Amino acid sequence: MSLLKEELQRNMNKPEADKASLKKAAWVRKDLLGLQELSREELELILSTAESFKEVISREIKKVPTLRGKTVVNLFYEPSTRTRTSFEVAAKRLSADVINISTDSSSVRKGETLIDTGKNIEALKVDIIVVRHNYSGAAAMLARNVHASVINAGDGWHEHPTQALLDIFTLKEKLGRIEGLNVSIVGDIAHSRVARSNIWGLTKLGANVTVCAPPLLIPVSIEEMGVKVTSDVEEALKDADAVNVLRMQFERDTENAFPRQLEYFKNYGITVDRLKHAKKNILVMHPGPINRGIEISSEVADGANSVILEQVTNGIAVRMAALFLVAQAHDQLRSKARTRGAKKI
Amino acid sequence: MKLLIKNGLVVDPSSGFNGVMDILVENSLISRVEKNIQDACDSVIDATDKIVLPGLVDMHVHLREPGREDKETVSSGTKAALRGGVTSVLAMPNTTPAIDSVEQVKLLKKIVQKTAHANVFLASAITKGRMGQEVVDIVALKNEGVVALTDDGDSVDSTEVMREALMKARDANILIICHAEDKSLVKNGVINLGLISTQLGLRGIPKESEYKRVERDLQLASATGAAIHIAHVSCSESVALIAEAKAKGTRVTAETAPHYFTLCDEDLMGYDTNLKMNPPLRTRKDREALRVALKSGVIDAIASDHAPHTENEKEIEFDRAEFGVIGLETELAVSITELVESRLLDWPDLVQKMANNPAKILGIAKGTLKIGADADIIIVDSKKEWTVTKESFASMSNNSSFLGRTLKGKVVCTIFGGKVAFKNT
Repeated sequence: MSLLKEELQRNMNKPEADKASLKKAAWVRKDLLGLQELSREELELILSTAESFKEVISREIKKVPTLRGKTVVNLFYEPSTRTRTSFEVAAKRLSADVINISTDSSSVRKGETLIDTGKNIEALKVDIIVVRHNYSGAAAMLARNVHASVINAGDGWHEHPTQALLDIFTLKEKLGRIEGLNVSIVGDIAHSRVARSNIWGLTKLGANVTVCAPPLLIPVSIEEMGVKVTSDVEEALKDADAVNVLRMQFERDTENAFPRQLEYFKNYGITVDRLKHAKKNILVMHPGPINRGIEISSEVADGANSVILEQVTNGIAVRMAALFLVAQAHDQLRSKARTRGAKKI
Repeated sequence: MKLLIKNGLVVDPSSGFNGVMDILVENSLISRVEKNIQDACDSVIDATDKIVLPGLVDMHVHLREPGREDKETVSSGTKAALRGGVTSVLAMPNTTPAIDSVEQVKLLKKIVQKTAHANVFLASAITKGRMGQEVVDIVALKNEGVVALTDDGDSVDSTEVMREALMKARDANILIICHAEDKSLVKNGVINLGLISTQLGLRGIPKESEYKRVERDLQLASATGAAIHIAHVSCSESVALIAEAKAKGTRVTAETAPHYFTLCDEDLMGYDTNLKMNPPLRTRKDREALRVALKSGVIDAIASDHAPHTENEKEIEFDRAEFGVIGLETELAVSITELVESRLLDWPDLVQKMANNPAKILGIAKGTLKIGADADIIIVDSKKEWTVTKESFASMSNNSSFLGRTLKGKVVCTIFGGKVAFKNT
């Protein structure tokens, strides 16, 4: 904390940047696994910490020494360029060393279990493991079995906390608040970890969330998570302050639950025509990579309402905050453990 | 050889005992159950303040032998049974190879003779290789000593084959145990379909996959007049269907397992693979329905569905982990803690569910303290609290849903065939 504080004090132009990361709320978690388990205060702490880092990455010299000497491993069991690169840039901005491991190049294919892989990585004296995995719950399982901090970069259909945090950060930056906003999520809700994390985060922060998908892509009982459910995209857009458009992963449709691509675009695609019936300043978000002409038209993706590229920038700030907070909590837990050990002697 | 158990609270509805009495065992049989027996004995066990019950009968146990001796064996599984107060088990036939022929039964009987520490009764598969196609030679298998038929692990999908099996079983006067599961509805599901599967991002198993198959099997039983037993009932819809069939006079009995009346899908939030079993933990509402059904008698028996798996098969990603949990060593304590302590059942009810009824359903002369019965007796300290740990198991596996839990009620002594076979020190 102190390094960041000094850094901020030395470089501060805006006085409100100070209150950002240095609020009373404390982060005590070794890991960031999902937004479900986080309190409203913890969510706000990550967002305000990210605000400070947004300032850092907007400078001429974008690097701070906060995590100097720390090692971050990106352990990716699914192909990902976007999230992995974002974590890599975030870690490097914090002066951490970064190692990327992906399924293609690792021993994963030789049948090593996730726990064994995690323990081997930890034996390399790594501080933070950022994990992307195709099975729901994999990040939590890894976290239980290693001392290193674990950040979930997406597990199955379960959660993708940093994506939702950067979505929420962008909303807050653009609209000044989350409380009371109407946010619609449109796309394959059933198989989307981005949707689940957004629902947890947004509802905890007081937004009204609507999910919109073809009936087969709406998961059972989702309304019990406190969201409105519709299969009518116009209805979803009507009062929305923002729409988060999910990528339609037709290549992953193993259960024939998806409509055909053109049919999907016709019925659910976010187009200029559809936005005419929405609020004029509606924000259009997308976690990327976008499928032009499938879930979103090019005009909208590149248009005035789109904040898609700003989301990418904000992703760096949010991931810097996540890395910073778990590293800090980890150091504190370790020093507490050390003190306890000393007392025993 | 005379053994005297003194001053215990003897509870056994099948013989009408419910009071502080002594039990005299002579030549491995129960010879007298009376107050204040004064005979000279080779050994005397003081059971003051303890509860004395017939050895439990667990009608749903996977001993894994032959084929998966890395998970469990007849020897280790029956040792675990004794520790849990179980003196008779019904071994499920989904071994490798499956128990589906007289030859396989003979081989397994040899293993049992040599290595078992408790009574092991055998079930045969309903169909050859448990493939659901060709009904086994039921008469020959019954003559070889098999007491029930089940394709447990799978349901017989073909209604035609199931009907044929039920008619043959009816004529041979043998029980068919139904594993009710329509796999075409399960797909790749791993937990109950509902809010929790949605939140966890796991594929759901709809309840229809169970109760639609329960419904079919009840109809077939009713039409053929055969006796069926529904294994591991997990949801309220199955309970309602069984209640209805019983009212109509269908020859049906049913069991559930301690995890189903103790836990529910909400407990899965941490992706604990020791809570992954088939059928899956259902909702809180289903758990309540099962408790009510135990009380009302719609569910006749408690069985563990003891399903050992190695750590390699369990300590992996939730989707990849095997279905199944062990239960022999915890079922009595969980039932005491959850059912008796909460006053849902009293001790005689519990003895019926865990000893009298399963023995009656299987038609075996076990699970009773009647004069002249085999002296399979357990002495239980109903107030003793203990915590379930991996180290506490005699089973070769430790995939228990109750790890870390503190339970009330511990078996202090298991007498099997008139001899002290397990003593808790």
